[in-house]
Amino acid sequence: MAGGQREKFKNPAVEWIDSRLPVFTLMQKEYGVFPTPKNFNYFWNFGAIAMFMLVTMIVTGITLAMQYTADTALAFDATERIMRDVNYGWLIRYIHMNGASFFFIAVYTHIFRGMYYGSYKQPRELLWILGVVIFLLMMATAFMGYVLPWGQMSYWGATVITNLFSAIPIVGDDIVTLLWGGFSVDNPTLKRFFALHYLLPFVICAVVFLHVWALHVTGSNNPSGVEAKGKQDTLPFHPYYTMKDTFGLVVFITIYAAFVFFLPNALGHPDNYIPANPLVTPAHIVPEWYFLPFYAILRAITFDIGIPFTDIVFIEAKLGGVLAMFGAIVMLLIMPWLDTHPVRSARYRPQFKKLLLVFVFGVFVLGYAGSQPADRVYWQTCIGSEAACAVDDHHGEVAHAAPAGEDHAAEEKAPMVLKVDNTMLAQFFTVYYFLFFLVLLPLLSRKEVALPIPESIHQAVLDKKAAKAADSK
Amino acid sequence: MKKSIVSVLFVAFAMLGSVNIAHAAGDAVKPPKMEWSFSGPFGTYDKAALQRGFLVFKSVCASCHSMKRIAFRNLEALGYSEGQIKAIAAEYTVMDGPDDEGEMFERAARPSDMFPSPFANDAAAKYANNGALPPDLSLITKARVGGADYLHAILTGYEDAPEHVHLMPGQYYNKYMSGGVIAMPTPLIDDQVMYEDGSPTTVDQYASDVSHFLNWAAEPELEVRKRMGIKVIIFLTIFAFVMYGVKRKIWSDLH
Repeated sequence: MAGGQREKFKNPAVEWIDSRLPVFTLMQKEYGVFPTPKNFNYFWNFGAIAMFMLVTMIVTGITLAMQYTADTALAFDATERIMRDVNYGWLIRYIHMNGASFFFIAVYTHIFRGMYYGSYKQPRELLWILGVVIFLLMMATAFMGYVLPWGQMSYWGATVITNLFSAIPIVGDDIVTLLWGGFSVDNPTLKRFFALHYLLPFVICAVVFLHVWALHVTGSNNPSGVEAKGKQDTLPFHPYYTMKDTFGLVVFITIYAAFVFFLPNALGHPDNYIPANPLVTPAHIVPEWYFLPFYAILRAITFDIGIPFTDIVFIEAKLGGVLAMFGAIVMLLIMPWLDTHPVRSARYRPQFKKLLLVFVFGVFVLGYAGSQPADRVYWQTCIGSEAACAVDDHHGEVAHAAPAGEDHAAEEKAPMVLKVDNTMLAQFFTVYYFLFFLVLLPLLSRKEVALPIPESIHQAVLDKKAAKAADSK
Repeated sequence: MKKSIVSVLFVAFAMLGSVNIAHAAGDAVKPPKMEWSFSGPFGTYDKAALQRGFLVFKSVCASCHSMKRIAFRNLEALGYSEGQIKAIAAEYTVMDGPDDEGEMFERAARPSDMFPSPFANDAAAKYANNGALPPDLSLITKARVGGADYLHAILTGYEDAPEHVHLMPGQYYNKYMSGGVIAMPTPLIDDQVMYEDGSPTTVDQYASDVSHFLNWAAEPELEVRKRMGIKVIIFLTIFAFVMYGVKRKIWSDLH
């Protein structure tokens, strides 16, 4: 960016600065005239929306930190003080609390967009990986943030999740001690979580910067998945996409505001309004909704992995669950090398499209499974004596005690119960999750015959217009 | 346009999925849905109900339950005047000090004081209540699935225990309690508290009023929040239409 290639600005003040530090040239180049494919749909809004959410979270978060106290004896009270006595503290906290959820909604949609239109493919692999890193950092930040109000779910969620690391062989217990800063989740844990919760968003900012930098090197993907080839394929970012993004953002904020003002606690758990109590375990420990699919995968591994019919165990169930959960994210990281099909967009890959949509459905089911007790029974049928395995409708559990008079009959014909419980549901879709990445994507890469792809973005737009015109006739 | 509908639906679906999953637990009878003046986007508290509820709280609940996050001055929201609040506060004594001689002393409460708790600490509260700790009521409607509905249900849900439920001494049966067993004895009986405004002095009415009051205690900002919310949503909706127009205008040379 040598000074010589710079175009002069008319405003003398701007020109004075720009000739010494070309920030205006940079903005003009990257956000003004930046060539952007002209066929974006509204899924392309979610990058900007996620950016807005990041800023919102940092601004409200810093404001909350001014009134918060990271001490187990005071944290819950400090949070309530913010809600009751700090001017508009309730507003700032509800924006922050629900902001976490809406940040994840934006980012999940953004990730889905990338998967559907093949944005992870060559040459955007690094851009994609940086995105997954942001996602991981967000999960860590959100988890630690949820601990700060020091309610029951804060405490027990922290206990369950930090305990996961004890599954790592040899060093696991030491890692957990290090995370806790002691021998249980306690004051040192809360203090380091607060420090890290304050730090990580800025790390996210740094990675977002790299993410955007990488994006501006390769340029954006687009719904057709065809690279932009020339001027007829692109539009300057401003005003076309600045205005389109703003419109999408305002719609998104409207829904977000509806939650902040009218359903502020709908996405949270009531137990977190009970102060943390190490002596009372909540009936069901449930993480925040955005972690539920991964929580379901974690709980789906209920068996040890070893040599069958011997006592030799290589991977205990707990470690297996942890590996599966982190493996689920590793799948995203290596996705560019699992799917090597030359066509990017699912629009022209009918088989990939179907399997991807089933995958998304599976993730929703996993999310549901993660929210339910592990032993919940969805469906069951009895082969043999009906009475012996009567179902208690309220609890969805098999009544263990058969009526006294029929004890005899039950013993004679041991009833066989066929059932689908929550663990099986989670296991089924966990298998599909990994099958999709490890088997189906490589298989499709070699076998799938794609539909004809348009020559250029311009052509794709013209085709779409023609199809629309034909439709309206 | 089709695509935008798809994306909006996607977001809506994502949220729908998350609304109900937050409330996973609960194997007791579901509390019946009540009609509250404070529910819905335009909801406001009914000041008469709040005052009656406060009376029930003061004369019944407060003998075991604390409400330590509420100050007397907060009662202004119930429609009491400054003088009335001073008088209410003066009925309570609080520990203050140390004074100039280093002694702690008792004095009448002032509007700036928090509601004093009935027991000195949790251990004392448990000791006086068969080992069960009566929870603080400042946040109770936010801390229970079902909120005010649940509270009303619990207060009216006492029944004789069914045959298969065996109660230990100090345990009671309540069909809305998870597991059916509750440590709180039946708190409300008809004609227990005298109302000045002629409202029925029934258990159901007491339960509604005190749930109303405790919902206020948990969410004192509710009215301000909803009023502001309406304005914000109206503003954002207009802004969205304007932005849609702007976007259309700018893109019109391309379409």
